Amino acid sequence: MINLETPKKVRPLVDQAHQVAMNMLRPISRKYDAAEHEYPKELDMLAAMIDGLSESGASGGAGAAGVRRDESAEEKAGNKNGANLASVLSIMEMCWGDVGLLLSMPRQGLGNSAIASVANDEQLERFKGTWAAMAITEPGIGSDSANLSTTARKDGDEYVLNGEKIFVTSGERADSVVVWATLDKSMGRAAIKSFVVQKGTPGMNVERLEHKLGIRASDTAVITFTDCRVPAANLLGSPEIDTKQGFAGAMATFDNTRPLVAAMAVGCARASLDLTRDILEQAGIAIDYDRPALSQSAAAATFLQLEADWEAAYLLTLQSAWMADNRKPNSMEASMAKAKAGRMGTDVTLRCVELCGTLGYSEAELLEKWGRDSKILDIFEGTQQIQQLIVARRILGLSSAELK
Amino acid sequence: MAFQPVKSVLSAGGRHGLSENEKRDPIGLAVAALNRFAQSDLIDRLGIRRSSEQTVFRVTSAGFRTAGAAGRAFARAGKAGAGKRVPSAAGKGLFDLTPTEDEQMLVDVVKEFAAEVVRPAAAEANETCTAPDDLLKASLEIGLPILGVAEDLGGIATERSAVGGVLVHEALAHGDLGLAVAALSSGAVATALSLYGTDEQQSTYLPAFAGDEVPAAALVLAEPTALFDPLAPAAKATRKGDGFVLNGVKSGVARGAEAELFVVGAELDGAPQLFLVESKTSGVTIESDPSMGVRAAGLTRLLLEDVEVEPIALLGDAAVHREVVQNSRLAWCALAVGTGQAVLDYVTPYVKERQAFGEPIAHRQSVAFMVANIAIELQGMRLLTYKAASRVAQGKDASREIALARRLCAEKGMQIGLDGVQLLGGHGYVKEHPVERWYRDLRAIGLMEGAVLV
Repeated sequence: MINLETPKKVRPLVDQAHQVAMNMLRPISRKYDAAEHEYPKELDMLAAMIDGLSESGASGGAGAAGVRRDESAEEKAGNKNGANLASVLSIMEMCWGDVGLLLSMPRQGLGNSAIASVANDEQLERFKGTWAAMAITEPGIGSDSANLSTTARKDGDEYVLNGEKIFVTSGERADSVVVWATLDKSMGRAAIKSFVVQKGTPGMNVERLEHKLGIRASDTAVITFTDCRVPAANLLGSPEIDTKQGFAGAMATFDNTRPLVAAMAVGCARASLDLTRDILEQAGIAIDYDRPALSQSAAAATFLQLEADWEAAYLLTLQSAWMADNRKPNSMEASMAKAKAGRMGTDVTLRCVELCGTLGYSEAELLEKWGRDSKILDIFEGTQQIQQLIVARRILGLSSAELK
Repeated sequence: MAFQPVKSVLSAGGRHGLSENEKRDPIGLAVAALNRFAQSDLIDRLGIRRSSEQTVFRVTSAGFRTAGAAGRAFARAGKAGAGKRVPSAAGKGLFDLTPTEDEQMLVDVVKEFAAEVVRPAAAEANETCTAPDDLLKASLEIGLPILGVAEDLGGIATERSAVGGVLVHEALAHGDLGLAVAALSSGAVATALSLYGTDEQQSTYLPAFAGDEVPAAALVLAEPTALFDPLAPAAKATRKGDGFVLNGVKSGVARGAEAELFVVGAELDGAPQLFLVESKTSGVTIESDPSMGVRAAGLTRLLLEDVEVEPIALLGDAAVHREVVQNSRLAWCALAVGTGQAVLDYVTPYVKERQAFGEPIAHRQSVAFMVANIAIELQGMRLLTYKAASRVAQGKDASREIALARRLCAEKGMQIGLDGVQLLGGHGYVKEHPVERWYRDLRAIGLMEGAVLV
């Protein structure tokens, strides 16, 4: 039965996330935007609280661990609303609070999503509780991650990593980094594997932290690996180079993380819409859903258009998570959600700044910050263009060789 | 009183799409005279004009004007009290995008009808501005007019069926939007009667819709003015005795020439209300109003001149009027989704076959991304429409969701129409392909009020 309301059983979790966002993240939002690279110590307490809730089961599987598809679980008939839906809904609320702080949340890194997505059960147990960052991008490669040049050479019971990784979110703060490297560059994408590298491993060095346009509460590191030796057991998934399976294993992470990033854009944009609506109302602009938009003020008509776009991104995000919960392949829908949410996020937050004039532009409000924070969400975990490429290939039934 | 200049022969404005500010210069004057000559009968008598320039005399020819259809006598029955109602759908509280089995069965039938019957008839129906009789008859067989009518009233609805309605509108519009409106307009009136009618209104009018000879009927909300707001119609109803007198000009009337019953929006005592008007009532005039698209629906205007109706005519109250306006907009959203899907399904194989520079144009990102964006925005339109429909079905307020769905479908639907033509290039502009029709049809979304209802 078609129903697109927030499921009843997730509502307490969503309400709780909203309270955390409002009472914990918002009050320190501007502080850590101004104090870039300073560690938001308030988050330690929050992380402990979230861990407690997870153990009690009250969080309903929110957070990075929620993206794992439990293949061993018995197939239950009928519609399921599970951890994926719960995760995107709670991330929306947290990012309504602050995207940068959500990204800095201890033990909720993108590397944790990778571990949850591709680790075997032994690894899952061993890396439980670690805070894992994700290192894919290099100075010479971005979207074409299959072309990366960080190498992993097998030497006895260890792999030896060499290369430079950039744009590593929480790269300095996290306990470990999931590093993408190639076992044999001549074997192409099939040879790309991911490795969990513990912080402090000799040969791994955080070179510097970036200064950024937005999400300044989140640190972004440049990390080098020089003859960095990691246990062979830290290779996530299968060590075999399977040219048939190709890149699919590593890329499966993205099917799980893209809905999460879409959810971040949805949450951030919602913050802008909520505040802008308030400010417009104070200026005497009421939004009427029944009267034709063109008969209302230009500001009201604009707002309606932005909210409609927001709703589309919101529902596409829920759809992709719902499909994952129900074990339906969702690669295309995840990319649809990310593409739509990414461009909606910047459009909505920037036009909200415009609607509110110099008040929106000023640091006196958070609107300008959201206008900066939102931009990264149309870039990382696959740019707008990469998402469109994925959707186009699926719709048109074209290979990556045909549609480059 | 403001000074009004005498309109001279130099003044061109007010007709032919010209603004009042347009003035003729001497050359323009000469051209205008030449044009008048070209339009005169003289050249026809001389046999100069080619016969292909003649237009078919039906709704297509402007100026077609007639009294309302003779229509049947709807025998009064029932009492003035509340009518029968279907309950709201009971939700399970889970997020779900899967239709119920019943809905899926219905959609499968309608999809087949849309593909086998509607799509093949679309091009000609667009030219003649009429839906073929056999198509309309076949639509009765699959129960289109009574989808939204309560089981107790001869229909098939056991609960509020807005979701089923939306799915049917979408599936039919995949065949053709204009024909979908033609096939669904009687159902819009029947649905309104089932949802909001008194026992008397239901007993008087609904049996005809559940029978074999279903009357053409139209839900009439629009008016031909800029910035029209259905919640503030210019059409007026005044009280006379126990009944009402209606005056005004309405537009967007589906199958107006054949319609035997109208549900018309008009203001009464300062609030918008709905009135049942039988076509044979004195003072009812139908005027052809062929438009850019939705032509198969045989669009007309409805002129009401001192139309006297009995107390039975008043349908619901101002709150009902608002709900009908909203749920009609929702039905248009579903039509947009179906038409958008038709565009996507048509351009997908086309761009893979069409060659340029030695390879299919689909291999170029500028083309492929356009297709991807059609798919992305279309799915957004669909989800907003489904969400609004599911709220309506469950008896929840859906003002916000319907407004957002309408906004998105108007904007993105038109973009899909534009891109559909663009992807076919010059071929998209000619009638050999249906995309130019979908382009015209999709412009209706966001401006149309009435005609369809879920």
